[in-house]
Amino acid sequence: MNNSMKALFAAGGALAAALCIGAATTPAQAQGKTITLCWAAWDPANALVELSKDFTAKTGIGMKFEFVPWTNYADRFLNELNSRGSLCDLIIGDSQWIGGAAENGQYVKLNDFFKKEGISMDDYMPATVVGYSQWPKNTPNYWALPAMGDAVGWTYRKDWFARPDVQKDFKAKYGRDLAVPKTLDELRDIAQFFQGREIDGKKVYGASIYTERGSEGITMGVSNYLYDYGFKYQDPSKPYAMDGFVNSAGAVKGLEAYKELYKCCTPPGASNSYMSEGLDAFKSGQVALQMNFFAFFPGLYKDPNVGGDKIGFFSNPAATTQATQLGGQGISVVSYSKNQGEALQYIKWFAGGDVQKKWWALGGYSCAKSVLNDPSFPDSAPFAKEFLKSMGMVVDFWAEPSYAQLLQAEQKRVHDYVVADKGTAQEALDGLVKDWKAIFKEEGKKF
Amino acid sequence: MNDLSASSRITYGAVPLQPGLVRRVRGLSDKALAWLFITPTIVLLLAINIFPLVWTIYLSFTNYRANRSNAPVKWLGIDWYQTILTDPDIWAAMQVTAHFVFWTVVIETVLGFGLAFLIDKKFRGHGMWTTIILLPMMLSPAVVGNFWTFLYQPQIGLFNYVVAFVTGRSASSFQMLGDVTLSPWAIVIVDAWMWTPYVMLICLAGLRSIPDYIYEAAEVDRASKWRQFWSITLPMALPFIMLAVLFRGIENFKMFDMVNLLTGGGPGSTTEVASITLKRAAFESWRTGYSSAFAIILFVTVFGLANIYVKALNRVKSR
Repeated sequence: MNNSMKALFAAGGALAAALCIGAATTPAQAQGKTITLCWAAWDPANALVELSKDFTAKTGIGMKFEFVPWTNYADRFLNELNSRGSLCDLIIGDSQWIGGAAENGQYVKLNDFFKKEGISMDDYMPATVVGYSQWPKNTPNYWALPAMGDAVGWTYRKDWFARPDVQKDFKAKYGRDLAVPKTLDELRDIAQFFQGREIDGKKVYGASIYTERGSEGITMGVSNYLYDYGFKYQDPSKPYAMDGFVNSAGAVKGLEAYKELYKCCTPPGASNSYMSEGLDAFKSGQVALQMNFFAFFPGLYKDPNVGGDKIGFFSNPAATTQATQLGGQGISVVSYSKNQGEALQYIKWFAGGDVQKKWWALGGYSCAKSVLNDPSFPDSAPFAKEFLKSMGMVVDFWAEPSYAQLLQAEQKRVHDYVVADKGTAQEALDGLVKDWKAIFKEEGKKF
Repeated sequence: MNDLSASSRITYGAVPLQPGLVRRVRGLSDKALAWLFITPTIVLLLAINIFPLVWTIYLSFTNYRANRSNAPVKWLGIDWYQTILTDPDIWAAMQVTAHFVFWTVVIETVLGFGLAFLIDKKFRGHGMWTTIILLPMMLSPAVVGNFWTFLYQPQIGLFNYVVAFVTGRSASSFQMLGDVTLSPWAIVIVDAWMWTPYVMLICLAGLRSIPDYIYEAAEVDRASKWRQFWSITLPMALPFIMLAVLFRGIENFKMFDMVNLLTGGGPGSTTEVASITLKRAAFESWRTGYSSAFAIILFVTVFGLANIYVKALNRVKSR
């Protein structure tokens, strides 16, 4: 055997040995199973990729991810589910999808699995269980494990608020100190105060709020005002009876207040803004206040230009009452998946206490009581306390199978009134009741 | 080389044909052979065009929803057609579409023909100018939609700055995409910017097809340039212009992507063209039966208008 042949054998032997060692240490290669998790493309998704490496290391099951930007998220994944596609083994689907996905057999019912594995829904925050997991609501039928708690909150420029000249001007104008707003009226005053003001030689504006028309933006924004002024989706004692609840005098006031804020205090060209536009406006130093989901707050806190000491966080202020729009999602197993066993294994692993702690540490929002009720939680991040407060007062949009139609109707009515100046708030909400009644009638609901 | 040797070559070169089959193929008539060749195409057309159309017509009479395929399908007759044709929101969407189609076609035709007329003259660098003018139509509508969103941005958008420079108004004092009055024109401007070159190309083909000797004869007859334009250029280019109008009219009637990216149909429903309404009904609300009926109404409208127009076009061509 010549030298070159010896070298070849040596290299081959080394390669085989490396493969054997690799196989021993990374069971994924041995098992060869990979599952796909579908979600939106945003900061928490990156945290989940990081977190999931532990799952692969523990079980040997590889993870693939299909992340879609928010603007296409619902279109893309609802199409996938409706066409019975098997792209996603696991899906972190929006809270409003749960009714449709459960009734159309797109999600695997998890009751038996939870029972077998000892996973109890009592271990999760009640609002997240109702919002992300149950269908019908408030019944013990579970279709998802609460995965990513979220709600709409606010950020503000703490550094601008702290400036003596700004504080002095504000006090002179409003007769009170410039501080985090406790009511929506105070919030409007602050936004109005900053609108068009010069800070460091640059013109700034009051607030960035949701006004997007195409998907769900303006509904997710206006809800925070409607809920605070007493809007209810239906008569609590008579399901689907909406007259006097959706279009109550309070709800009309809430809608008018939202329009007032949009007209007085948003940057020019903010007629179609949602999450990313809000982030852009805040990060570029254009606005003093920003309405956005808590999910973005860890990223904003780390931002080199507006994060750290420059940013503050607060939950949705009150009006006649105090509530906020629920965001967030549960994780479900897709019933068309060919890897349901592995997908369930992931859910079992994800429900673990240590995993939930790490999930929060990495930038995801755990819904587990073990994390949220930990005494150290409120101080674990600058936004943690406000998040906890918000999760105690969340309200969600309809989660009916016809939610998309209901959402479209509200998008149109509200955008027509707030942005396009069509009609009055009362007409917009009366019209909304009419639209929603027609949709429920088509669905065969009695009211 | 005779036929026999040719078939032997085939036998050697590829999969050997059985002698019986060779005889049968050779025995086919021209008509049968023609059918043999066009059958795959016909089958394909039936599968991807005719079947979906027939299926859509069927669905338009039912309450079918694609996201609830297990639910029983109920026959509704012409209920959806009645609902759609009496829905004020649908008529509003049709008006928005008509405004968009009319103005884009008018602007693109006038500018496109004007540009073609200029480019047709030989001048220094005319090839380079042609390429530059054609650039917008080579871009994807998604790219165009996105970058015009930036151009229209009131604080940093170039469009607002140019208007501000010309009119003396403040750049951030108006919103092209957020204003009810301006947004229908904002989408017209973008479409005209993108597709005028396309109309120009078609018109240019028309202008270049006019033989020089006709102009030479007109020169001999001392016809003025203005007279030449009205009596030779325009009538002879008219079939091409009409063709461009037809293409742009049909395209813009079903416009979706660019408008969706620019405004999402907003503010309110100010720029909600029919295709956006249709997409929302079909793929967001999943009202498949309803949206099938709407699609059929749109199809019949476009098909009917296009047919009337093509007849007019043929009359012009035959003159």
